[in-house]
Amino acid sequence: MFRRLSRWAVTAPLAFTLAAALSGCGSSTPATTSAAPSSSSGGATTVTVFAAASLTGTFTELGKTFEAANPGTSVKFNFGSSATLAQQIVQGAPADVFAAASPATMKTVTDASLAAAPTTFVRNKLQIAVPADNPAKVDDLKDLADPKVKVALCAAQVPCGAAAAKALEAAGLKVTPVTLEQDVKATLTKVELGEVDAALVYRTDVLASAGKVKGIDFPEADKAINDYPIAALSKAPAPEAAKKFVDLVLSPQGKDVLTKAGFEAP
Amino acid sequence: MTPPTAETGRDGAKSRSGRTGGVVGRPPWVLVLPAVAGAAFLVLPLAGLLVRAPWSTMAVRLAEPQVLQALRLSLVTATLATFICLLLGVPLAWLLARAVFPGRRLLRALITVPLVLPPVVGGVALLLVLGRRGLVGQWLDAAFGVTLPFTTAGVVVAEAFVAMPFLVISVEGALRAADTRLEEAAATLGASRWTVFRRVTLPLVAPGIMAGAVLCWARALGEFGATITFAGNFPGQTQTMPLAVYLALETDPEAAIVLSLVLLTVSVVILASLRDKWTSTS
Repeated sequence: MFRRLSRWAVTAPLAFTLAAALSGCGSSTPATTSAAPSSSSGGATTVTVFAAASLTGTFTELGKTFEAANPGTSVKFNFGSSATLAQQIVQGAPADVFAAASPATMKTVTDASLAAAPTTFVRNKLQIAVPADNPAKVDDLKDLADPKVKVALCAAQVPCGAAAAKALEAAGLKVTPVTLEQDVKATLTKVELGEVDAALVYRTDVLASAGKVKGIDFPEADKAINDYPIAALSKAPAPEAAKKFVDLVLSPQGKDVLTKAGFEAP
Repeated sequence: MTPPTAETGRDGAKSRSGRTGGVVGRPPWVLVLPAVAGAAFLVLPLAGLLVRAPWSTMAVRLAEPQVLQALRLSLVTATLATFICLLLGVPLAWLLARAVFPGRRLLRALITVPLVLPPVVGGVALLLVLGRRGLVGQWLDAAFGVTLPFTTAGVVVAEAFVAMPFLVISVEGALRAADTRLEEAAATLGASRWTVFRRVTLPLVAPGIMAGAVLCWARALGEFGATITFAGNFPGQTQTMPLAVYLALETDPEAAIVLSLVLLTVSVVILASLRDKWTSTS
């Protein structure tokens, strides 16, 4: 018993060292990337799509459509904050397509010459999200400036935060939020749980919450519309499939799926 | 180096080398090799940060008021969280190690829940209990007008929740390893259970408590997921260093590196000085 234990104790770390040395060879893929490298070995192609978190529902659906239309090709997604995804791509993550929630995050990738000519495929507008029972009786943007109303906004570093700041500026309002959330889903969660009375999120997020929060339109939202650019990446491991996927997103079929989820056509 | 006089007393030499880790002969390569690999694995990411740090703009970046604000908040909240963990965790560890009651095994397993739970899920769980509409939170709000989310107290709560298991497990381990005969001797001499705990048990497991507190503090200092989920993120109020690092990473990776280095330096300095002070007394 003891002998076996001690042998295992010796070999296990060695095996680990070996494995670490092998897998660490010349790759600088960030650890957070969940997507596996694309490969076209043995006829099966994988197209890896890095997409903004707000596209999770629609892109998953389009991915299934794509796989059905292209037998032998599978689609892998890495959904996350556009800024994080852009950093991962710049650091060498093996992505084929990048769909960002803001031109600024796409610019990080085009500046590094990793993508050319992105196309704006949808636009997203902000809405005021309030809990279903709207405890603070919020009905327009200026209610958010009331110090008694607890407001959550996205942090200025992420696209929804930048859009919120723009909309509030257009309305000439100064809102002091209780929290600046790291992404739009986290902001929405605070409303869903009733921890805040209102938040500024995208229309698509309100729709996706299926009645758990109520969305209120406001005119200043038109001043802070977010463009979503998409591009096939120049170092794509599966360039043909990448182009096909972008074409699907831009096709009438793709547009149909996206507008149904609350996105607007560009 | 063992002084030559120790060689004369065989027993003395033996116990001394055992205690200070003095080595007889060369350390075996089967231990040294993985040890070096292990150390490299842990230290290399730090080297990566140092290599990529924007040294030329470091001074300007450090002078930004938000950095100091976040650092101070981090240190204050992590320390408060550690005190709460000590206050509640040491008795809990004692209960698990010394008292016999039904469901002890289950309780011990449940205590590790915050370790297994992804911190963000822990944060959501805290919201469901202590949030404005939470099971306990709505009552706190109605009775005292107290709401924890989005407050500095909320940060402390989130950190304590995630860090307490580290303390409890360390202290319980120390209690189990401690010689209970000393406690029994004290009891036979007429000491009450509380006196035994205070005068015998506590000094006996002090190193374990200290180690647990250090682990607990370090975990609280680096806490991210539960904090941002439960307490939110607002500069000066709830934005601790890890939160500032995460948000800086979105747009300005260099700023994130600077902030990480500040956090690392401060914590390593504090831990190293604590350790020295502490090993010199034992």
